[in-house]
Amino acid sequence: MSKNNLILYSGILIFGLAAPFLFPAFKVQLSILCVLIVLATTWNIQGGEMGYNSFGNILFYGLGMYLCASVQVGMFFPLAEWTESGGEKTFVHTPAQFFQGMAVGLIVAAIVPTIIAGLIGYSILGLRGHYFAICTLGLGVAAGEISGGIEIIGAGQGFTTPPFPDVGSLEARGEFFYFLSFFTLILTFIAVRSIYSTRFKLILNAIRDNEDKAEAMGIETMKYKIIGWMISAFFCGLAGGIMGGLVGYIDSTDVAFDGREMGVFMVLMAILGGKGTLWGPIIGATIFHIFKEGFWTFFLGWQYVALGVLIVVIVIYFPEGIMGWLREKYPERFGEVVDEKDRKAQVELK
Amino acid sequence: MDFMVFQYPMITVQACLDGILLGILFALIAYGMALQWGVMNIINIAQGDLVILGGYIAYFMYLYGIHPAWGVIVAPVIMYFLGVIIYKLVINKVVDRDLFISILATFGISILFMQLMNFAFGADVVLANSDYGTTMLFNNNVVLPNSKLFSAFISILFAICLVIYMKKSKLGRAIRATAQNARAAKILGVDTEKVYAATFGINAALCGVAGALISITFTIHPYMGLPYTIRSFMIVIVAGLGNLPGVAMSGMGLGVFEEFADYILGTEFRIGSVFLLLVLILVYRRFKLSRKREYLK
Repeated sequence: MSKNNLILYSGILIFGLAAPFLFPAFKVQLSILCVLIVLATTWNIQGGEMGYNSFGNILFYGLGMYLCASVQVGMFFPLAEWTESGGEKTFVHTPAQFFQGMAVGLIVAAIVPTIIAGLIGYSILGLRGHYFAICTLGLGVAAGEISGGIEIIGAGQGFTTPPFPDVGSLEARGEFFYFLSFFTLILTFIAVRSIYSTRFKLILNAIRDNEDKAEAMGIETMKYKIIGWMISAFFCGLAGGIMGGLVGYIDSTDVAFDGREMGVFMVLMAILGGKGTLWGPIIGATIFHIFKEGFWTFFLGWQYVALGVLIVVIVIYFPEGIMGWLREKYPERFGEVVDEKDRKAQVELK
Repeated sequence: MDFMVFQYPMITVQACLDGILLGILFALIAYGMALQWGVMNIINIAQGDLVILGGYIAYFMYLYGIHPAWGVIVAPVIMYFLGVIIYKLVINKVVDRDLFISILATFGISILFMQLMNFAFGADVVLANSDYGTTMLFNNNVVLPNSKLFSAFISILFAICLVIYMKKSKLGRAIRATAQNARAAKILGVDTEKVYAATFGINAALCGVAGALISITFTIHPYMGLPYTIRSFMIVIVAGLGNLPGVAMSGMGLGVFEEFADYILGTEFRIGSVFLLLVLILVYRRFKLSRKREYLK
């Protein structure tokens, strides 16, 4: 099994490293896919494993996006004048400034949402079930509406992130963002995988299955819930920072705090692949992205109609997702011991 | 920040009256939300989009030369059947499932409706002009459009009719029985499936009325649905399920809050302040409940 795993992982790694050179036209799409996988996987930490279905991770994503871009600009130029001038570039980053700013910006974009998640976690995570879901939905939308009224980050007219500096090759921008998001993806995967092999995951599952009992067993549920949410926030902020640079333009409600799109996409991707599994969100995100891009390209204008129908269909007919379906079909592969007699008896009953 | 509202008492009076008239409309939508939440145990994110759709029905009548006030009668009829259709297609599959599933499924319906309305009616902000004129109060210092008074009156009328219907009619009794205990109601011969469909239909009809009134009084836009959902959710959790005076009071309270937020913070923060208030209310509720839990321990 572990030998198979090694082959699988190295295969994916090699494919990932070669992909931008094999499919140069799809570099941006592949980078977005990496970001989507990061979002779905980290949503799954508290949505799938912990049972706290949040629509509000978009808050950290949007925060990360604004923070990364603001730091990148603010380190070298006055931020207010930058947003004032809008699309017209009065200030130009040199390559060194750009990469320095990006590095610091990404660190800030990851750390600050984590701290915010820790601060608001105690109040928000005390809510249960649908109250939590609606509360986080409110948080995400409120953040979007409020950031749309703040002048220094561009208010309603948006915020242009620093353009990629001229470093010689035309392909450099795509390759830079692809490898940035791909390495973030690898980092996320390693982190999530190692989290899932510890006792921490079992505690999260205990919270999901019965929080009161978990508390009665002596687990400090609140502490673990907050930690779980902070881990999500960390990677969401990071993903947001990268996405901001990739898109090149930040709008408060359409790009950053886009609860209607990205906020639902995260949930949907994780559910499509299978909540509470390691590979589910990855598969779900990949399928979803392919579907989405296909639809966005060939049926422009109808994409939201398709999205609405897709959400309803997935939620009603495939609430267990692809991994859940596979698990039901081939339980042995997932390490579940199946009693042959039991299975035969079930078949006879049908 | 602008505190003119406190320096001139007439502006305060104006904001309060506007808020109360607006809040009555919110309470009507919230009543529908409380009804379906109590009976079917689902939270309908598409509530606001049903409202906007009702508004477009009235707007279309206005476009074809019929007075939009008739929309108050036409919209609920159309919306009732639409509600039953939505129930048959989607909602009946999520009724006895996890609440999160219903939230997500209705979120899907909401996105679908938003986009279909955008296709059908365009993305412009529209208003069905009712030509009702205005009423001046207090030496012409407070201006109240008659359409607002009309909409508040109609909302109260519909709410009273519905309460009487719920108390007296056979279907109303069946709905209340199902809300108390669906299984027992089923044993006693209530067709719960039918009751659920009717409940969702009545909710959609209420949304239709409210939407028609909103299109007369304020403006409508395909993407404006979600704030109405959040408002009605907020009113219901503040008032509690099945507490009608509470729904009316908290609806008006929310309306007044919004008007003041509008004056003090500026219009661009209006929706944001509504959503923030929701978060604050939920957090307050959480601490209140947790204190109760500790007390029980």
